Amino acid sequence: MMKKLVFAAAAAAVAMSLGAAQAAEGIQAPKSTWSFSGIFGTFDQAQLQRGYQVYKEVCAGCHAMDLIAFRNLAELGYNEDEVKAIAAEYDVTDGPDDEGEMFDRPARPSDYFPNPFPNAKAAAASNGGSVPPDLSLMAKARAAGPDYLKAMLMGYEEDVPESVLQQIFEIETEKNRKRAEEIGLTDYNRVESVEDLGLPDTSSFNAYFPGYGIAMAAPLGDEAVEYADGTPATLENHAADVAAFLMWTAEPALDDRKQMGIKVIIFLLIFSGVLYAAKRKCWADLH
Amino acid sequence: MSSGQPFQTNNAIIKWIDHRLPIFSLTNDTLVDYPAPRNLNYWWNFGSLAGLALVVMIVTGIVLAMQYTPHVDYAFDSVERIMRDVNGGWLIRYIHMNMASFFFIAVIIHIFRGLYYGSYKAPREILWILGVVIFLLMMATAFMGYVLPWGQMSFWGATVITNLFSAIPLVGESIVTWLWGGFSVNNPTLNRFFALHYLLPFVIVGVVILHIWALHRFGSNNPLGIDAKGPQDKIPFHPYYTVKDAFGVGVFLLIFSVFLFFAPNFLGHPDNYIPANPLSTPAHIVPEWYFLPFYAILRSVPDKLLGVVLMFASIGILFILPWLDRSPVRSCKFRPVYKWFFWVLLIACVALGWAGQEAPEGAPLYISRVATAYYFFHFLVLLPLLGVIERPKPLPASIAEPVLGGGEVWSNAAAKPMEKA
Repeated sequence: MMKKLVFAAAAAAVAMSLGAAQAAEGIQAPKSTWSFSGIFGTFDQAQLQRGYQVYKEVCAGCHAMDLIAFRNLAELGYNEDEVKAIAAEYDVTDGPDDEGEMFDRPARPSDYFPNPFPNAKAAAASNGGSVPPDLSLMAKARAAGPDYLKAMLMGYEEDVPESVLQQIFEIETEKNRKRAEEIGLTDYNRVESVEDLGLPDTSSFNAYFPGYGIAMAAPLGDEAVEYADGTPATLENHAADVAAFLMWTAEPALDDRKQMGIKVIIFLLIFSGVLYAAKRKCWADLH
Repeated sequence: MSSGQPFQTNNAIIKWIDHRLPIFSLTNDTLVDYPAPRNLNYWWNFGSLAGLALVVMIVTGIVLAMQYTPHVDYAFDSVERIMRDVNGGWLIRYIHMNMASFFFIAVIIHIFRGLYYGSYKAPREILWILGVVIFLLMMATAFMGYVLPWGQMSFWGATVITNLFSAIPLVGESIVTWLWGGFSVNNPTLNRFFALHYLLPFVIVGVVILHIWALHRFGSNNPLGIDAKGPQDKIPFHPYYTVKDAFGVGVFLLIFSVFLFFAPNFLGHPDNYIPANPLSTPAHIVPEWYFLPFYAILRSVPDKLLGVVLMFASIGILFILPWLDRSPVRSCKFRPVYKWFFWVLLIACVALGWAGQEAPEGAPLYISRVATAYYFFHFLVLLPLLGVIERPKPLPASIAEPVLGGGEVWSNAAAKPMEKA
């Protein structure tokens, strides 16, 4: 009995500590339901294609995606000719040729997505001093992954619900109060508007970005992209689709992994059951 | 303590070989006829599980090394190439990543089992010390392995941990430069970490062989902590413990598979999917979960040198544990007072793990200080003292007696297993 209690306590402590690790400074991104959530979840190819469209028409203007080649787009359901056609829309630098000169040619499926800037300095110069990060692994490089990306893309001042703003103002006011208390002051700054947060001029307010000040101006809005399949072009759809697409670029083997996992676990359940029966039988004459 | 009868076979070739190189006798005496206490419970499964994890790590590690490039400009991308373009690469890499954690889980449970049942006491002191050596080697190997993907946590973890050596007076800075192979964590550091990460697992294999050798000198301890009095207390390893260990492997792999296939990054840190950038420090630098208790001890004191000393001492103290515990009774079952302190120690270690991933201020700092103080108090004061003042419960006369409830049935049962194929 005692052992069980101690175990439960230890397990609870571990669970708590893991939860605490996720608690960032700001507010939690709301959880969305994804086609790839859960044990049986898989990517929705139509959504990935829409997300790719958003990425291609909006994000790719500034963000690189070094780890994805045009050939990978076949996994979104494009056939060989479509992949070739998409690749051919881009020019890549190849060479040197027999004269020793570099030359431009249309991209082939084996080429990786071209970088919008020749180098990091050029990227920074065009973006107010901040380098737009590579998006290949973004959905795995942030806690809460796609939930965070979707919330962040919808987290600009004009888009975010008033209740979320109020929540942030309360959290920040409370922080100011504590800080004042620590140094023995009774006066503290109340945060009642986005201006009170004192963000630098070069950044935009974003409810879910750590520190609230993001160098990227709101990239999406309603009608940002016109979907070919007739899906309504709302901000929420754009944000969700591109977040799903980024989950795919970060973890392209997700579908294979889960399908294999279900088979392996069913096998191990049966295998362990057989071994347990064998163990019981083997040990029966000892007790 | 070897088995009753020597290895016998009718196969002429095996006989010929075994006469010249007694490898079949050795295998037979180690894994088949090896007499084990009849009362081992499931906590004794974790030794074989740790062995399995070591083999899995070496096999997947060698395959990964065939595709990995230990260079600061290519390491991150070569790992992603394994994840995307190498056939089954994502599976091999995720197995390696998650089995590292499960190796530690198995070994930590194995260590606490040893603590609870007094497996470190005479005549098994060297067996225990070899185990602590394995644990230290594992930590070194895991730390260097975490650096190889060259993500943000790899780089900054390596920077923080190697910088600990700068706390050593006078020569500290020189030692750090020597470890780095330069004036910061850079390509020479990554190269040597890769070389050592490939080497150390084989050193671990060597120490594991010594560990098993020492184990087989006197055989396994058991939940009662008393020595076997005769053949009625023992059963052959095969089939009894081979089948029991195999069942344990099934359950272990089942839990492992849940993480591997459905939450492969749960035990990792998202920042390690950002390529290493020496110009941008992450908001919180945290080590892998299995280092968190030690990290908490390190940061529980304001003085860097004292923190480093305490951190290493927390492992070092395990080397002298067999001589700190003065009680002649091994198993906690018969130690009414110490039993409670064992659980307090376990809670202190879990608390340290929790505090290790929090910023060292406020409640987490306070908790890590109390837990660190208790950790050393437990080993340095409580154990020597309890050995003198605690009154242990009476020990059973033999292993067979409590198991079979009287001791008259055993002659039957113990004779039979030896005949089983």
